[in-house]
Amino acid sequence: MTQLRLAQTAKATRILGFGSFQPERIVTNDELSQHLDTSDEWIRERVGIVERRFAGADQKLVDMAVAAGSKALADSGLSPSDVDTVILANCTMPSPIPNGAAQVADRIGVKAAGAFDLNAACAGFCYALGTASDLVRSGSAKRVLVIGAEKLTDWVDPTDRANAIIFADGAGAAVVGPAEEAGIGPVVWGSAGDLVDMIHTRDDRWIFQEGQSVFRWATTKIAPIALRALEAAGVTPEQVDVLIPHQANLRIVESIAKKLRANGAREDMVVADDIVYSGNTSSASIPMAVDHMRAAGRIKPGDLALLIGFGAGLSYAGQVVICP
Amino acid sequence: MSEKPSDAEILEGLAEIVEEVAGVAPDDVTADKSFVDDLDIDSLSMVEIAVQAEDRFGVKIPDDELANLKTVGDAVNYVAKNV
Repeated sequence: MTQLRLAQTAKATRILGFGSFQPERIVTNDELSQHLDTSDEWIRERVGIVERRFAGADQKLVDMAVAAGSKALADSGLSPSDVDTVILANCTMPSPIPNGAAQVADRIGVKAAGAFDLNAACAGFCYALGTASDLVRSGSAKRVLVIGAEKLTDWVDPTDRANAIIFADGAGAAVVGPAEEAGIGPVVWGSAGDLVDMIHTRDDRWIFQEGQSVFRWATTKIAPIALRALEAAGVTPEQVDVLIPHQANLRIVESIAKKLRANGAREDMVVADDIVYSGNTSSASIPMAVDHMRAAGRIKPGDLALLIGFGAGLSYAGQVVICP
Repeated sequence: MSEKPSDAEILEGLAEIVEEVAGVAPDDVTADKSFVDDLDIDSLSMVEIAVQAEDRFGVKIPDDELANLKTVGDAVNYVAKNV
C-alpha cells in the first residue's frame, strides 16, 4: 500500500497575542429601564452588569471580527501573511450562508485562508482555541487566527426584559502558533444535547433561556469541567493565576470561582469580571476579557489562565493557557 | 442522613443554608416567612438554596417545583415529604 506523507507536526502551541473590539455605543441600565420594566439596582443584583455595548445598525458581526482579529495580529507582531487559517466562533450571523470567516480573513488580508465558522455558542471561543491548537500541532495550519464575535442584539427581543439586559455585542481574538513548550493545554469539551431547550431560539427569531435552569446548570456542572481542564494540563488549582469563565452572569462567575477556591485555588487568583462593563457577548466574552485585563495590568505575561466557556447546545469547553 | 429528619431539623438546616447563600440571620428563617417578600431572596439565590438543600437532605428539587416553594414552611414540607 502507498504510504502517505503526513504534515510536519509542531511540538506544542501557544497564544501569541490578543485583541478585541467593542462598538462605541454604551448602553446603561438606566437607558434600558426607560422602556423595560427593570431598574439599575435589579440588573446589578441579578446579573452584575452596569453597562454594555450595542453595535449600530450598519455595524456587522464580521466588521467587529475584522477589527478584533487585526488587533490580535498586531499584538502578536505578525502580518496577515503569517497566518493561514481563520476560525470565527459565533452564533449570531444574520444568516447561515455565507459564513463569516472567509470574508473576515480576506478583509484582514489573509489570502486564501483556510476559514470556517464554528458554532458552540458561548463555549465557541474555547472550542475554536482547542481546534486551532490541534491544527497547528498536527501541521494542518501554520498559525491560526481565532476570533469570537457576536451581534447578539440582532437576536434578542428588545422588549424581553430577561434577555435584553444581558446580551451585548463585540469581538475578541487570539493568534495561535507553534511553540517549543506548551502554552495551550488540552481542551476538555463536551455537550448535553438533552438539555437543548434550556437555551434556544424562539419562533426562529429571539434567544430564549430558562433562567433558573441555566443558572443551576452553570453553577453546578461547569466548575468540575474546569477542574478537569486543569488536570488535563497537569496543573493544580493552586497554580491558577487568572480565572476567565465565559461572562454569562457575574453571579455564575463568582460561583465558579468559589468552587475552584474550595478545591485549592488561591484567594488572590484574579477572576474576570468583564461582564460588568461589557455585558454577555457569548463567544467574544473570554478573549475580550483577557484583552481588557491585559491592558489594565491585571494579567501579566506568563500568567497561568484557566478559560472555561459554556452555553447553548448545551456546550462547554475549557483549557489552561499561558498568557502572552 | 440515615433517619428521616424532623421538621425542626429540616428548618434548622434550611436556615443555615439561607444564611450562607443570602446572609439572612438564621433566627429570621421561620416557617411563615416568604422567601421573596420577607427574606428578600431572589430567584437565583433560590436555585442555590435548592442545590444545597438537595445535597444536605438527599432530595430532588426540580426548578418547576421550586416555583411552588413560596414560604420556608413550604420548603420544610417539601423536604419532609420527599426525603
